[in-house]
Amino acid sequence: MTLVTGAMLASDALTSGPISTITPLHQSPIPHAEVVRLLAAWTDDGRADDLTEHEERYGRLPSLLPGRGVRRHLLIDSVRRAGLRGRGGAGFPTAEKLTAVAAAKGRAVVVANGCEGDPTSSKDHTLMQLAPHLVLDGIAVACYAVDAADAVLCLHQGSPALEPMRAALAQRRDPVPVTIAEVPPRYVASESSALVNFLTTGAALPTTGPRAAERGVKGRPTLVDNVETLAHLALIARYGDEWFREAGTQQSPGSTLLTIGGAVTWPGVYEVEYGIPISDALELAGGESESLQAVAVGGLGGTWLPVSVADELPLTHEDFAALGLPLGIPSIVALPAQACGVAETARVLRYLAHESAGQCGPCMFGLPAVAEDFALLAAGRRDRELLDRLERRLGVVPGRGACSHPDAAIGFAASALSAFADDVRAHAAGRPCRWAAQQPWMPLPEEAA
Amino acid sequence: MSRYTGPSISVDPIACTAHGLCAELLPEIIELDEWGYPILADGPVPPALRAQAKAAARACPTLALKLSRG
Repeated sequence: MTLVTGAMLASDALTSGPISTITPLHQSPIPHAEVVRLLAAWTDDGRADDLTEHEERYGRLPSLLPGRGVRRHLLIDSVRRAGLRGRGGAGFPTAEKLTAVAAAKGRAVVVANGCEGDPTSSKDHTLMQLAPHLVLDGIAVACYAVDAADAVLCLHQGSPALEPMRAALAQRRDPVPVTIAEVPPRYVASESSALVNFLTTGAALPTTGPRAAERGVKGRPTLVDNVETLAHLALIARYGDEWFREAGTQQSPGSTLLTIGGAVTWPGVYEVEYGIPISDALELAGGESESLQAVAVGGLGGTWLPVSVADELPLTHEDFAALGLPLGIPSIVALPAQACGVAETARVLRYLAHESAGQCGPCMFGLPAVAEDFALLAAGRRDRELLDRLERRLGVVPGRGACSHPDAAIGFAASALSAFADDVRAHAAGRPCRWAAQQPWMPLPEEAA
Repeated sequence: MSRYTGPSISVDPIACTAHGLCAELLPEIIELDEWGYPILADGPVPPALRAQAKAAARACPTLALKLSRG
C-alpha cells in the first residue's frame, strides 16, 4: 500500500488517475487536471481505508481536546483563510457559519448532511463509501470548532452510505459521539431547515424562521454542513489553509467532487480542482460518447448551458456568478445532440413539482403549472399563448417560498428556454423534435420517471 | 437605495393560504398571482400607507402578513 502523507498529497496532488464508482481505474487523458485529496484511498487501493490505514495515510487529527490543541478561534481563522465554501450547492463560506454557531448562546449541535437528494449527484455517497473516516474527522473538527455537545449524521432512509458509515463509527471513539438520523427520501427533506425541523419535530419539511446557526435543532445553535465540506475541513485542520489553497482559484479554493453523467464514456465521480473548464471535466470522464448539444450543471435546480458556452467555462462560483448563474451541486449531465432538451426539462419539472412539500402556494401551484406548460411545449402543442404564459409564470414564482426549491426549479426551466431557444421556437410552432419521445438522459428516481 | 426607511411588509409563505384580503386592503402594494397568493412590492411601506398596512396585517386570517419595524 502506498502511504500518502500530507506533504505528498500536496506535491502529488495532480498526478493520479480518475476515480469512479462505476468504471475501473484508468489513466487520465488530461494530465494535471485532477487533484487527489478526498479519494486517495480509492485511487491507491481501489477500496476504503479502515481507521488505521486512514491515520497512516492522512496522519492523525491534531488534538481536539480543550486546552490541548489549537485554540478554537485560530482553527476558524484558518478555515477563513482557506476560503472553504460549502459543497452542498450554495457555496456559502464555511468559516462564517462556524463563527455564527460558535458565537450563539447555548450548546451547539453539528448536523452533517449526507442525504444527497439530487438524482444527478452521487459524490457524497461515493465519499462516504470510500473515505468514511474523513467525513467523521470533519464532524469531530466541526464539533470542536463550535464547542458542540451533539453531532448527527443525516442520511436518507435506505442510503448506501448507512452501512459503511455505521462500520466506520464502530471503529472510533470521538469526543462528541455521532448518531445517524435516517431522513425520509424526499427531495426537499434534505434542505437545511427541513433537516433541522426533522431533528426537532420529526417533520422533514422546510420552515421559515430564524437561522439554524442561532436557533436550530431544539432551539440550539446548529451547524448544518454537507459531508464533503466536512471532509475538506478535516484536511484543513491537518495541513492548513496554505496547503488547501494550492488547488483551485482565489474565490473557489480547493478541490471538489464532481459527478459526471449523461453521454460520456465513463460516467462517475471525479475529484477536480475548481477552475477546471467544463470541456476538460468531460474529458476526464472519457469525453463525449456521442456529439453533444448542452450540459446541465448544478443538478436538477441548476442550469442548462449550450456546449458552445460551457466548453471553456471554468467550474467556479465566480465564473458562474459572472453569468448570473448558481454553480449549484457539483454535477454535470451531458446531453447529446440527438436528444430533446425541452422534453428532458419537462420531465425534470414534473418531478420537481411532485417533490414540492406543498407548504407554500407559489411552489405548490406554480411548479405544476410551469411543468404542465413545459409538457405542452414538449409535445409540440400549438398554443399562441403558451410562451407568454410560461414567461409570466417564470417571473412570478421565484423568491416566494420558504426554501429555495421553487427558485431552483424555475431557474432550471428558464435556462432551458435560452439554451434550447431554437428548439423551443420549433416546439411552440407545433414542430416538436423527433427525439422528444426517446429514453431520457437526466437521471430521476425510478418511481417518478 | 430607497430614500427613506420604515416598516415593511412580508408574508410567511407557509402560513399564507390565499384568502386574498391583503390585496383588497392594500392594493397599492399587494397584488395576487393567478393562484390567489400575494405578490408584494419591494421596499418599505410609504408613510401614507402605514395605517392601511397595519390594518391589512391585522385582518390576515392566518396571521401570515406581517408588518415589521424598519
